[in-house]
Amino acid sequence: MPTASSSSADVSTSIVAETEQSDRHQRRARNSLWWDAFFRFKRNKVGVISFFVIMLYIAVGILAAVGVLYPNAQVPNQVEAYTSMSWAHPFGSDIFGRDILGRAVHGITTAISIGLLASTLSLVIGLVLGAVSGYFGGKVDGFVVWLYTTVDSIPYILLIPSLTFVLGRGLINVFIAVGLTSWVTTARLVRGEFLKHKNRDYVMAAHAIGAGNNRKIFGHILPNVAHLAFVQFGLGFVAAIKIEVILSYLGLGVDPSQPSWGLMIDDAKNEIARPYWGNLTAATLFMFGLILSFNLFNDALREALDPKMKNK
Amino acid sequence: MIPILIGVTLLTFMLFNIFGGDPAQRFAGKHATVEQVQTIRAELGLDRSLPEQYLFFVKQIATADYGRSWASKQLISTMIGDGLGATLSLTVPAFFSSIVFCIGLALFAVWGRGTILDKGTVVTCLALLSISSLVYILALQYLLAFRTGIFPISGWDPSWIGRWQYLYLPWIILFVLSLGPNILIYRTVIMDEVFQDYVRTARAKGMSEQKVFAKHVLKNAMIPIITVIVIEMPFLITGSVLIENFFGIPGLGGTLIKALNDSDFPTIKAFTVISALTYMVFNLLADVLYSVVDPRVKLG
Repeated sequence: MPTASSSSADVSTSIVAETEQSDRHQRRARNSLWWDAFFRFKRNKVGVISFFVIMLYIAVGILAAVGVLYPNAQVPNQVEAYTSMSWAHPFGSDIFGRDILGRAVHGITTAISIGLLASTLSLVIGLVLGAVSGYFGGKVDGFVVWLYTTVDSIPYILLIPSLTFVLGRGLINVFIAVGLTSWVTTARLVRGEFLKHKNRDYVMAAHAIGAGNNRKIFGHILPNVAHLAFVQFGLGFVAAIKIEVILSYLGLGVDPSQPSWGLMIDDAKNEIARPYWGNLTAATLFMFGLILSFNLFNDALREALDPKMKNK
Repeated sequence: MIPILIGVTLLTFMLFNIFGGDPAQRFAGKHATVEQVQTIRAELGLDRSLPEQYLFFVKQIATADYGRSWASKQLISTMIGDGLGATLSLTVPAFFSSIVFCIGLALFAVWGRGTILDKGTVVTCLALLSISSLVYILALQYLLAFRTGIFPISGWDPSWIGRWQYLYLPWIILFVLSLGPNILIYRTVIMDEVFQDYVRTARAKGMSEQKVFAKHVLKNAMIPIITVIVIEMPFLITGSVLIENFFGIPGLGGTLIKALNDSDFPTIKAFTVISALTYMVFNLLADVLYSVVDPRVKLG
């Protein structure tokens, strides 16, 4: 595809320019699918902006976790219960006098760690099971297909609460429960790709020069299906955060001592009639910003990674 | 289908009877004495061996007799029968009205592909999807019931005539919740058709764009659309758990959350198996339907 790669090389020169490094970028851009995708992504303004918003969230989440931002967000202060908006408390304070903005900021840490851990867990399970079943076929394939159809038959609204109910509540159990139940789509997609790829010429060539199963799966086929994994990871991240909110509301999520948007919305249930909107507004705004950026980012990523989209 | 059913029962059984710790201890609570736990264990048949308990569970499913709830001592099959009516009267109208509305909007979005109309639709849907469903429930209940008093805040009337007034608001909420995902999925499905060769041929022979859409695109897109709808049918039973819990509607979802709070294992197990069965039946139906409407597909 000479036109596509030359145009992305143009983009690379105009943006990176000058230094010696840009030469290397150019050279790689000509022959790498990943650089091609990267340059296509870079041209999508919405995608780039949402990427920076996500990074901002992550930075704030880390700062909150290490105690730089709002170190006292969880400390009750009965004197200041239910104060309305002010410069000190932009969203007011809650029933225990805790600053709502601080709680929402700490909610980022909870949400991102659940999204990250749960979607990593489900990605690993999905990739391994999908790869193994698609590659080896036969009985292994039969077993994996049976396993994911079984898990998939139980609606998540039943399976996840049952699992957290059995494991007990708490941050770690939520991410285990979500991770253990959300790998099905990844496994199914990866299996399909492996079925397609395992008989292609490049895998045959690898076989001919003596590559073993491990090398063929991880060294050759996996890089060619990894774009699916990226998109699935993003989707899983969003789903995990939304599920955490609902679980926390149902009393099956994180511990009440932890800051969480779901717990804030649960608090808001009894407050909006007063009317007291601080908790609901803060949790919704924070969640909206993160999830919307992630949704837009996923969309841009899918477009950049999908070679079929090039000509549309 | 049978192996999957075995898988589901096994998974459910292991989840509650092995990984979940001692069910009798859980049910009796933290402060129960050893004797109390023993009595409960014998009463509920938990003193038998695990394979025996599993076979008993399978027998229950085969005979559709799930025994009695631990919490309310009611027959579980009665509880499910009672809840089903309430749940369906909530989900069915919202589900089908949303399908019609969303297919219409998706057609419009595809019609304006490449323009602000399509992009705007997609971004709006993504934005709708970025708010927790809890927020929709809370905000709409506050605005439409508490603040303006258009609808009752919550409540229930067991008679079929009396219950409608309590259902309008939950319907609206379910409808709004389904907009984001439904429009996006129908848009993708219809968009796939627009780029097919037969559509280009139809345009090439001079057919107007309206006719192309009505006669070719929509007609062919109906095949995947019907599949999507059939696969989503189990939603009619499990899709309204949060809303039922919130509005105090005595449907299956409300019963389920109550069962989760009460550690009512038999009820949760029965629900899991039944919803898995529903899911499997509708998936099978989708496959069959697909091969009926699309002669190119052969059932393997």
